[in-house]
Amino acid sequence: MTRVFVPRDVVALALGADKIAAAIVATAKARGADVSIVRNGSRGMFFLEPLIEVETPAGRIAYGPVTLKDVAALFDAGFLDGGTHALRIGKPEDHPFLKRQTRLTFARSGITDPVSLEDYAAHEGWLGLKRAIEIGSAAIVDEITKSGLRGRGGAGFPTGVKWKTVADTKADRKYVVCNCDEGDSGTFADRMVLEDDPYMLIEGMTICGLAVGATKGYVYCRSEYPHGIKAFNEALQRARAAGYLGKDVLGSGHAFDIELRVGAGAYVCGEETALLESLEGRRGMVRAKPPLPAINGLFQKPTVINNVLSLATAPFILAHGAKAYADFGMGRSRGTMPLQLAGNIRYGGLFETAFGLTLGEIVEDIGGGTASGRPVRAVQCGGPLGAYFPPALFDTPFDYEAFAAKDGLIGHGGIVVFDDTVDMLTMARFAMEFCAIESCGKCTPCRIGSTRGQEVIDKILAGIHVEANLRLLEDLCQTMKFGSLCALGGFAPYPVLSAMRHYPEDFKPHAAIAAE
Amino acid sequence: MPAVLDAQRAQEIIDAHLALEGPLLPILHAFVEEFGFVDDTAVPLIANALNLSRAEVHGVLTFYHDFRREPAGKHVLKICRAEACQARGSESVARHCLADLGVDWHGTTQDGAITVEPVYCLGLCANGPSALFDDEPIAALTADKLVSVIEEAESV
Repeated sequence: MTRVFVPRDVVALALGADKIAAAIVATAKARGADVSIVRNGSRGMFFLEPLIEVETPAGRIAYGPVTLKDVAALFDAGFLDGGTHALRIGKPEDHPFLKRQTRLTFARSGITDPVSLEDYAAHEGWLGLKRAIEIGSAAIVDEITKSGLRGRGGAGFPTGVKWKTVADTKADRKYVVCNCDEGDSGTFADRMVLEDDPYMLIEGMTICGLAVGATKGYVYCRSEYPHGIKAFNEALQRARAAGYLGKDVLGSGHAFDIELRVGAGAYVCGEETALLESLEGRRGMVRAKPPLPAINGLFQKPTVINNVLSLATAPFILAHGAKAYADFGMGRSRGTMPLQLAGNIRYGGLFETAFGLTLGEIVEDIGGGTASGRPVRAVQCGGPLGAYFPPALFDTPFDYEAFAAKDGLIGHGGIVVFDDTVDMLTMARFAMEFCAIESCGKCTPCRIGSTRGQEVIDKILAGIHVEANLRLLEDLCQTMKFGSLCALGGFAPYPVLSAMRHYPEDFKPHAAIAAE
Repeated sequence: MPAVLDAQRAQEIIDAHLALEGPLLPILHAFVEEFGFVDDTAVPLIANALNLSRAEVHGVLTFYHDFRREPAGKHVLKICRAEACQARGSESVARHCLADLGVDWHGTTQDGAITVEPVYCLGLCANGPSALFDDEPIAALTADKLVSVIEEAESV
């Protein structure tokens, strides 16, 4: 029997993977071939999806991107034995896109069946949790602190400090909350964890629960990820049935369980305090800090709230030790960052690497430039609230501090490439429009500022007092940046200001451009 | 999809969630799942069960984009308008799709078959423009591709 791997990641599904899997089964039956289909996760090479792999004596051989009409030809070419075909990639791990990566967090993605407990255990699964149970709370926190891991959601706050604060706070009940409200355009790493390696997140949250003394975990996932929700819930059920979750985790005497909650389409709920409000059943309105969630969080109890990637990194750190993780990276940005190459990019997908590559290396060497073949004009880093970088800034190293020094942010690691057809005034307007749609309304700079920003940009577009309105827009951006309660209003000016600074030629009335 | 709220079924849904911590969002999701939308008459039922004011429930119901307060079309098409899809031409594809269907954003086609909503990121950012047709994801969206997806759905 030959095992054929057809990914169940939503990217593969969106490109017809279900139908391809069915066609492979049907064709095999018609031709008398003995085939069993494994629905694996994605390797993150989205430019090759659906990436079909066949298990041969020489290892797994990949073919992609496969469409429905290629299936018969693949059989003709003897792909079940790794035969030659135009779509043959060879061994996926030898592909340059994967070979150049350092996969610590995404080591299993694409290799295993995401919901198979056997696969997970066979690929270093639960080693971190087992060691965590052995060494106990204080030593776990110590490992995380020494690893230098910083919050991967965007703010980059040291994870160990957060865990220690919760561990040291006395309470009758504590929570671990996983922020999976991955709303930033150009990001999909959290989604991939849910769909392609969900047990890693379950293990990471359980380690965190042991470390801080929490018994209940919540994953708050955005509703735009129905496939991730389904996969994670399936994994939760299986993990619970196998004793990895519940009243007595792996016989350790510690109780921990996880529940997945679904958001309802509000971007601002990715902000941690708005997320907590939403979990409690209220409008996703930002809370003023202090008190910190670590002391006074979900239902007023001490709460660790971390991004998916931060929690998902804990199993590696516990299994291999803090040093193994901290050895990667540069400066105060330790470890690896799963970059997400998106937008108009030739080789789009997930690229996990140590901090320190330059933006130019990421976009041009790894990403291969634009998908359209036109010159790169702008790269937005860190989601809809991140700055636009022109090619002139491509020498910026990818780390938290270097990006901050250039008035940008790495955020959740999303990198969205635009070619030279992009109009930056339109993108600046979109940033304000998006902020206006998604503002929770609690603070004035964000609630009113975003709407006024849109209006001012419309005036510039229409050629009304352009110089005066540009100054007004700049001033408004400063007010939002320094006066907003949270990152939504505070960072929405980043794309606007960076567009104004780096692309002044776009900031003139558009009728005038047409007349030129 | 019942047009009027079945009060008994509504109460069952509420009761099934009362053991949860912070049950309001799961209840509202369950209403949308069951009835297709949250009817205004559900608000006092929920408020009563959770010991909240009707204003509080109304506030939550109207805050979130997902909680529809009126029935949608038979199918819901969500087209991504976020930056990564814009970089791959989503705005022009969306304009074509909307024109073909004869609706604007949030609108429902005259025959009640399809409601079109904007969505800001489906996590398919390297393969845009992307869309979600009911629960079926679509990458590399074109107006032609959408026509075939709709035809296939209608033929079932």
